[in-house]
Amino acid sequence: MTDTNGRSAGAPVEVPPQPPLSPENAAIIKLTRKDFVSDQEVRWCPGCGDYSILAQTQKVMPDFGYPRENIVFISGIGCSGRLPYYMNTYGFHSIHGRAPTLATGLKAARPDLMVWVITGDGDALSIGGNHVLHSMRRNVDINMVMFNNRIYGLTKGQASPTSEFGKRTKSTPAGTVDTPIMPLTIALAAEASFVARSVDTHTEHLQQTLERSGRHHGSCFVEVLQNCNIFNDGAWREFTDREVREDRMLVLEHGKPMIFGKDRNKGIRLNGLHPEVVTIGENGITEADLLVHDEQAEEPYLALMLSRMFWPAFPVPVGVLRAVSRPTHDQLIVDQLTAAVARSGVGDLEQVLNGGETWTVE
Amino acid sequence: MTTTEQQALDPDVQELERVTIRFAGDSGDGMQLTGTQFTRTAAVFGNDISTLPDFPAEIRAPAGSLPGVSGFQISFSSSDIHTPGDRPDVLVAMNPAALKTNVGDLPAGGALIVNSDAFTQANLNKAAYSGNPLTDGSLKSYTVFEIPISTLNTRSLEGLDMTSKQMDLTKNFFALGLMFWLYERSMEPTLNWIDDKFAARPVIAEANKRALKAGYAYGETTEAFHTHYRVRPAKLEPGTYRNITGNEGAALGFLAASRLAGRDLFYGSYPITPASDILHQLSGYKAFGVKTFQAEDEIAAIGAAIGASYGGALALTASSGPGIALKSEAMGLAVMVELPLVVVDVQRAGPSTGMPTKIEQGDLLQVMFGRNSDSPMPIVAPATPGECFELAIEACRIALRYMTPVAYLSDAFLATGSEPWRIPDIAHLPSLVVDNATDAATFRPYQRDPKTLARPWAIPGTPGLEHRVGGLEKADVIGNVSYDPDNHHRMMTLRAAKVDGIANDIPPLEVFGPERGDLLILGWGSTYGAIRSAVERLDADGKAVAHAHLRHLNPFPANTEQVLRSYRRVLVPEVNLGQLSMLIRARFLIDAIGYNRVRGKPFRIAEIIEEAERLLSEKGS
Repeated sequence: MTDTNGRSAGAPVEVPPQPPLSPENAAIIKLTRKDFVSDQEVRWCPGCGDYSILAQTQKVMPDFGYPRENIVFISGIGCSGRLPYYMNTYGFHSIHGRAPTLATGLKAARPDLMVWVITGDGDALSIGGNHVLHSMRRNVDINMVMFNNRIYGLTKGQASPTSEFGKRTKSTPAGTVDTPIMPLTIALAAEASFVARSVDTHTEHLQQTLERSGRHHGSCFVEVLQNCNIFNDGAWREFTDREVREDRMLVLEHGKPMIFGKDRNKGIRLNGLHPEVVTIGENGITEADLLVHDEQAEEPYLALMLSRMFWPAFPVPVGVLRAVSRPTHDQLIVDQLTAAVARSGVGDLEQVLNGGETWTVE
Repeated sequence: MTTTEQQALDPDVQELERVTIRFAGDSGDGMQLTGTQFTRTAAVFGNDISTLPDFPAEIRAPAGSLPGVSGFQISFSSSDIHTPGDRPDVLVAMNPAALKTNVGDLPAGGALIVNSDAFTQANLNKAAYSGNPLTDGSLKSYTVFEIPISTLNTRSLEGLDMTSKQMDLTKNFFALGLMFWLYERSMEPTLNWIDDKFAARPVIAEANKRALKAGYAYGETTEAFHTHYRVRPAKLEPGTYRNITGNEGAALGFLAASRLAGRDLFYGSYPITPASDILHQLSGYKAFGVKTFQAEDEIAAIGAAIGASYGGALALTASSGPGIALKSEAMGLAVMVELPLVVVDVQRAGPSTGMPTKIEQGDLLQVMFGRNSDSPMPIVAPATPGECFELAIEACRIALRYMTPVAYLSDAFLATGSEPWRIPDIAHLPSLVVDNATDAATFRPYQRDPKTLARPWAIPGTPGLEHRVGGLEKADVIGNVSYDPDNHHRMMTLRAAKVDGIANDIPPLEVFGPERGDLLILGWGSTYGAIRSAVERLDADGKAVAHAHLRHLNPFPANTEQVLRSYRRVLVPEVNLGQLSMLIRARFLIDAIGYNRVRGKPFRIAEIIEEAERLLSEKGS
């Protein structure tokens, strides 16, 4: 008995080889940004930061060398949840907070697919918090992109888990009494193997960040600081605006000292266990005194410290905080299946049904 | 040779058709193991068997306490039986608490074997006995055998390098050995099991073997027992048999379904009593490509299963009522995206946490209606542990053929109870192969098969079929998001019609007993054995009562109404407060009469007979 793909009923389904992520492969497949634009009308509010995130996502897709049909976008609920409709790939707009669970199952069943999870601050950190923790700690080979606008937009303006303490919203007219959480700290604590941050309007940096995520094998968490111009306009403006960003943001580069500022004369130094901002050339400070970024550090102390640094006390770090390699969830599952077959051969249904003690009635 | 001739040859042997034994002791006394070993031995010998484990949810309640009592009832017979027996013929009580909680079920004249060593003042206090039942005459209606099991057992282990506590842990094997002698059972299967189990611990193996043999020898040599009993093998249908619990049957059925469908099995689950054993068993089938996923919670378990189904796997999730409640939103998603999925609900007593190890059929309306909006889902329910296998395949068949989530309702009784199971011939199992969509020229995400109304299964990796699905309402055929009022109405009715149409693709409801008459007893799930036994006895008694048992609860088999209308009255016994009877009344405007007992226990045959007779006597009314 065989199915439509010619697989026999008795044998495990063979996993097709994963197309290698390489520029050569991309050259063979030769897709462009346009190939990733679906025929659906985009329905975010005019001026929403989501447009840019969609555009950068479509732009980097051809670089991965995956055929379009092998890419899946899965989302939860919220404005971000609409993104899969606009990608001309396979897409699944699931339920609130649960996109990582679908992605985990899909990737376990189909290691050959490239899976993106699109989520927001409410979807990922409130209703879906548990799934973020567990998909990250399992090192499920997914790219989770969290649009952080510090507000519930789709439900028209309630406080979110990243809203600043005391924020007045429709649901918190006297100010929220909840302390916000730091998404990247959560991701690191959950053992994500790739953790990064970018900004919707910093298009080039966002592309680079998405590209790094797509090329990483394992659980990726990318926070994109995104503007909701209707319900929380200018949430990140204080440090992301063109005029101030160089002085108020720290662009991380692996192996490079942590320098920022228009004049490239500010830096981060470790003072005891705490980071501090210093000026190169003042009080005898030189580049050699500055922290050097190491995204591959075995323990995530440095990344955790960076994840807690925020404006106005510090410049806001963007870029890759952590990128380490460990076996992926789907690979470990496949390894166990392979080992079982190597040990005892392909499973024999008749033998299992007849297992244990049997007796025959004539 | 007749029974009389046999007894003439061996005056100490009495032949019986059926015996029911209950082992009861502290949850640390190994009563489940004792029961299981007796079951295996009886099964391999060829008796028909039926078992009912009954244990507390606490792993170890305080030793000797009433809540800590664990029991295992087995009925074995030379004829076809359907239940583990209403009441035991023999009760083995390892301590006062076990006696107190179980002796009420022992009929007058029944045999009571007690471990007299355990009847200390301290243990009597723990069981809240004011006097000692062994001496105060309260047990005089039973045939009591007081045996100092602990003392005798410890004596048989003299010389072994063990603590006295370790020695005491083997006393259940002494009791088992005694029962083996009493019912002419071979010790071989258990001796082999001990060797196998304790291969790495030879002293423990030796102790358990000695305990077993000492119990057997005690029966043989003591004068306490004048007779022992013979229960001949049952005349079962020819074939190869094994003993099987419902959870084992389900796991094997789903494994078989994946091979019959030619698709890898993905099983997403979160540990919950009494469903976890399915996860344990399936996790051992890696050589079949079975992927089991212990999720972070119930929602993740079903979410992952939906993801795997989207990817083309045969996907399942399982839980019990509280977990099903958590999965409800995702079940609705599966209804909306129309992907195949089997949701196993091994029901237990509720509401809320309820009584996790106890029996109930309380989740029928939950899986039928427990989602927002009209969210139709087919429901199947096995009636016996063996049927858990067949219905697992049936659930997968419906899910794959109709592109729908399917609820599979087992319960704690089926899941942990066991019976002999005739191993099916794989060649006779149905093919479950369904095609994936591949043709980009004709593909539309919600273009339905005209016969089944199933939409195509277009799995990622198929070139040209890139499309988007989700929980938002979709436009008929093309599958884009749609808020069109008429489209929504059309899609709602299409989803309902798809599930209703399955009625023409399932076996008709069969009737046991007269084809028409005064009374039909209609059941579903694990009440099968008690109802069937009751109806057999009523019929033998000349009363025209019929039995029909639903395996498909949504939709009902096409002939259901016709069957129900062939009887003046319809009695529906359920271990809930009237869920199937509500559906029957709502669907057919038939005055189904509920018989409802929710005690965490299966029905007794006698109570169903009594209720049926009560209704029959109201004939003129």
